[in-house]
Amino acid sequence: MEKNTIFEIKGLYRDDFRVTGYTFGKGEKAACIMGNFRGNEFQQIYTCSLLVDRLKKLEEEGRIKEGKEILVVPSGNPYSINVAKRFWATDNTDINRMFPGYDLGETTQRIAEGIFQVIKEYEIGMQMASFYMPGTFMPHVRMMETGFEDVEMAKQFGFPYVVLRKVRPYDTTTLNYNWQIWETKAFSIYTTTTECLDKESAKQAVKSILNFMGKQGLIDYKVHDGYISQTIEDTKLLTVRVKKAGFFDCKVNVGQEVIKGELLAEVVHPYEGMVIEQIFAPEDGIVFFSHNNQPLTYANTAVFKIVRSFSES
Amino acid sequence: MIETFASVELPVDEILYMRKNRIEPEKENRNKRISIVTGVHGDELEGQYVAFELIRRIEEHKECLKGTIDVYPAMNPLGIDSITRGIPAFDLDMNRLFPGNEEGDMTEYIASQIIKDIAGSDVCVDIHASNIYLEEIPQIRINELHENKLLPLAKQLNVDYIWLHATSTVLESTLAYTLNSIEVPTLVVEMGVGMRITKKYCEQLVEGIFNMMHEMGIWTGEVSKVREPIVSKDGKVSFINANTSGLFVSKTEHWMNLKKGDAIGQILDPLRGKVLDEIVSPVDGILFTLREYPIVDEGSLIARILER
Ligand SMILES: [Zn+2]
Repeated sequence: MEKNTIFEIKGLYRDDFRVTGYTFGKGEKAACIMGNFRGNEFQQIYTCSLLVDRLKKLEEEGRIKEGKEILVVPSGNPYSINVAKRFWATDNTDINRMFPGYDLGETTQRIAEGIFQVIKEYEIGMQMASFYMPGTFMPHVRMMETGFEDVEMAKQFGFPYVVLRKVRPYDTTTLNYNWQIWETKAFSIYTTTTECLDKESAKQAVKSILNFMGKQGLIDYKVHDGYISQTIEDTKLLTVRVKKAGFFDCKVNVGQEVIKGELLAEVVHPYEGMVIEQIFAPEDGIVFFSHNNQPLTYANTAVFKIVRSFSES
Repeated sequence: MIETFASVELPVDEILYMRKNRIEPEKENRNKRISIVTGVHGDELEGQYVAFELIRRIEEHKECLKGTIDVYPAMNPLGIDSITRGIPAFDLDMNRLFPGNEEGDMTEYIASQIIKDIAGSDVCVDIHASNIYLEEIPQIRINELHENKLLPLAKQLNVDYIWLHATSTVLESTLAYTLNSIEVPTLVVEMGVGMRITKKYCEQLVEGIFNMMHEMGIWTGEVSKVREPIVSKDGKVSFINANTSGLFVSKTEHWMNLKKGDAIGQILDPLRGKVLDEIVSPVDGILFTLREYPIVDEGSLIARILER
C-alpha cells in the first residue's frame, strides 16, 4: 500500500486541503474507487475505509494481480466534512458539479480538475455516491446513459439492481458523466444511507466491489454469487407521493415486498395528532427508496420509489 | 393588485404563498405585458429595491401606464427570509429547477407555476445581484443563442455592460433559458452585491425599465436618456483568480478605463503580517466584477476585466 497526496491547496488558517489516495498493486491503472465530495457523505468515506483495510490485507497476502493497480480515494473533500457543511464552505459550491474541472478556475473547479487528472487514467471508476433526497435506498449501481455505459459489466457487482439514468442537463458536470466521456467505465455505487452509518450495508458494498474486481481479474478473490442484478431505468421506478405535509410515519422498510393496497405510511397532523393522510401501495412491487428516516414530510413529496413486480416489464 | 399565483402547505402551521403585484391601466390597452422578476436567489436583494421603486413610480403616474406590469419580488420567499441563496431545507438552487413539474415535489411544482404565470409576457426581466462574494457593475448576460432577439432589448435597459456568453447545457434549467424557449424574451440583469442594496445601481436599472416600457409603448411618461452599454463576447473577458488563500483587500480606485498594470488589490496573510500577492490588471480594460468578500481560497474569483 502506498499513501499519497493527490491534490493540495494551501489553507489560510486551516491545515492545507489535502486529497489522499491509497494505491494497491503496481502497473496498469485498473480501477479507482472514489469516496465523498459532499460534507454529509459519511457512509461513503466509511465504505472506502473498510475497502482500504481489506485491500491492505489482500495485498499483504499477494492477492492483488500482477501488473494491476487499484487506487482508493476515501475523500475528495475532507474540508467540508470537518466543518459539517454539505458543500464547499466558502462559496457553497458542489465539487460533484464541477467536473471535468478547470485548473485556472474557481477553487472547486481546481479541486475537481486536480482529482480528475489523476483518476481519469483508470480503466474502471467507482464512485461512492449519494442522492439529494433524504431517505434510504436499496443498494444499487447507477449509471448514466451516455452511450458509453456498460450494463453487463455493472451486473457483475451482484447488487440487486442496476439503475440506468437518462442524462439531464445538470448531469454533464458530474464525475460519473465525465469519467464515461473520458472512456473510464464508470459506476456510481449507492449503499442504503448517507448521513448515518449503516455498517452492514457498507460491508455488503465492499464485498460487492471485491467480487467485481475479482471477476475483472484485478484481485485474487473467491467470487460469491451475489444477486442476479435486475436492470431498471430510473424513469420506470414508480414514484409514490404524499399530498399533505406533516409528521411522516413510515410502515414499511426498504427492500420489503408490498402488495397493491398495502399501507405504506401515514401523515400525522403536526399539532392535533390525527392521521390526515394514508399512503397505499399503488401496485405490487419492492420498496426501492423510502423517506423513512425523516420526521417530517413536505406536501407533494416523493416518499417512496417502488420497483414494480416482474410481470409488467 | 396583489395576486397569489401558487401556494403550498408547509409541515407545521404555515403556508408558502407565491405572490405578485399586477398593475394595470385603468382602462384600454391591456394587450402588452412585462414581467419583472427577482429573488430567485434568496441572498440577492438588489432587485427588492428595484421592485419597490418601480411600483412606487408607476402608481404615482398611473395615467402614463398603457399596459400590464407584473412584479414578482420574491421567487424564493423562504430563501429571502432565511438568508439562503437556494431553497432552504431542500438545498437546491432554484435556478436549476426550471421548467419544473406540476406533478413534482414542492420545489418543482413552484417552478412550474412560475413559468405558467409568466408565460405570455412580452418581455421578462430577471434581476440578480451577483452573490455575496462579488460586486458587479449593472450588466446583462445573454446566451449567444438568443442574441438577435435579446440584444436590442438589452440596450434599452440602461446597463453599463452586455456580456454575450457561450451556451452551456447546465444553463438549460434556468428561468431565463426556459422562458426564452417558450418565446418570452427574458433578460438576466446582474448588479451590485449579494445581501446588500446598491441604491445607485437600482435607480439606474429602474430608469432602464421605464425606458424599455416607453419603447414598447406602454409608458407615456417622461424617460431619461439611457447609457450606451459596452457589448462583448467571451473571448475578451480576462478572469483573475486568487493564486493563494488569504485576505483580499481591494486597491481599485475606478472601474472604467483600467490600464494594464493598475493595482486591483492585495492578498494578505494577517497571521504573519505579510503581503502574499499583488494583483494588477493584466490588460487595459473595464473592471466589471470585483471581489467583495475578503476571505479567498486559492482559485477564488477576484475580478473579471473586459479587454478594450
Ligand atoms: Zn442570482
